[in-house]
Amino acid sequence: MDPFVYSRASTVDDALAASGATFLGGGTNLVDLVRLGVATPDRLVDVSRLNAEIEETGDGGLRIGAGVRNNDLAFDRRVRERWPALSQALLAGASGQLRNLATTGGNLLQRTRCSYFQDVTKPCNKRDAGSGCPAREGDHHNLAILGWSEHCVATHPSDMAVALAAFDAVVHTSRRSLPVAELHRLPADDPSRDTVLGPGELIVAVELPPLELARRSLYRKVRERASFAFALVSVAAAYDGSDVRIALGGVAHRPWRAATAEQAIRDGASFRVAAEAELAQARPLRDNTYKVALATNTIVRVLEELS
Amino acid sequence: MAELQPVALTVNGRAQSLVLDTRTSLLDLLREHLGLTGSKKGCDHGQCGACTVLLDGRRANACLVLAVAADGGDVVTVEGLEHPLQDAFVERDAFQCGYCTPGQLCSAVGLLEEANRGGEEIDDAYVRERMSGNICRCGAYPNIVAAIGDVAP
Repeated sequence: MDPFVYSRASTVDDALAASGATFLGGGTNLVDLVRLGVATPDRLVDVSRLNAEIEETGDGGLRIGAGVRNNDLAFDRRVRERWPALSQALLAGASGQLRNLATTGGNLLQRTRCSYFQDVTKPCNKRDAGSGCPAREGDHHNLAILGWSEHCVATHPSDMAVALAAFDAVVHTSRRSLPVAELHRLPADDPSRDTVLGPGELIVAVELPPLELARRSLYRKVRERASFAFALVSVAAAYDGSDVRIALGGVAHRPWRAATAEQAIRDGASFRVAAEAELAQARPLRDNTYKVALATNTIVRVLEELS
Repeated sequence: MAELQPVALTVNGRAQSLVLDTRTSLLDLLREHLGLTGSKKGCDHGQCGACTVLLDGRRANACLVLAVAADGGDVVTVEGLEHPLQDAFVERDAFQCGYCTPGQLCSAVGLLEEANRGGEEIDDAYVRERMSGNICRCGAYPNIVAAIGDVAP
């Protein structure tokens, strides 16, 4: 591990003044990546104590500061009542002790858990551009079936982001506002960039707009053991008998908003036909064809439970 | 060259001031600099829970917290823990080799705090789910669940 300078930002302006710095949230992913040699920051600026409030927006929405810890967001009574799938998604992620540390902004910006990305002795286009992607022919049973490129088949690991994407949440950065569903990129020919954020751009808050539909919502996470594992497939959905929101996790380089399935259901299709229409876009790899059926069935199951 | 920075924090009720390499984890601060070896280094990746301590009253993986990021914090390790849960672990024989026990104890105290914070009721399924960040290679899980159930409200 190379040496780095650490400082704690007391304001957002303070954090932004440190050019070339890497922002540190709860550290649950970044500290590990530094230890593994995957991340090599010269300077860490700790932003975990900034923007730690959850506030009403006045129109029935919530503004969640980037420094709000995952457990605090999951336990918030307003979130539990108005966006229950978000609380469920948070509690399905990581472990109790990690959720006390992890922040809202850091959760969005966590890196893929693709084993090649995390192992500096292996090639990886995301970590070392142009070195290749051994996952395409190697261990990819838990990697992408949607939106991948020949350069990268990684998945985004966040549960929280899947629920946020389903509920049309908006990210406020130090420069702009954009939908959570547009924050993360597909890998295309530059998998080194997980998101559309520029250097030094800091997430300051996530805004949940009012969504009556979300009161009837569920998050279902399918994984290899009962708890403390990343999703093979996850589904965040809200459904009131006519309108619907669906997003998938564990299947792509970003949370996958299932717009095709949503439109099919609004047009009167059955849950299964709608889910199959969404997954018709899938291009499974040799060892993850199971995810197509798993995602289809999980969408159907969650919508049936909400009916 | 190492970057050295001052760190001041409270550990088990005692104020501590150190000057540390910024790369030092809270776990190494406890074990290597203060000699508090109750908190264990199992995986050093936040996956096993053996390093779990209470940081500002909440359970946290000490291996993933930089010591400098804990500056100003209040840390309780198993050495400073005084809780009926410890007697319950003995009564229920909730361990075999004992390596994971300090982390299990701190994590379970944290679980009780979280159940209170989240307004949640504790039953066996809840304990199994919320203790999933603590691995026990001896497989003492049934007795750990029972011990936590004994002290749950």
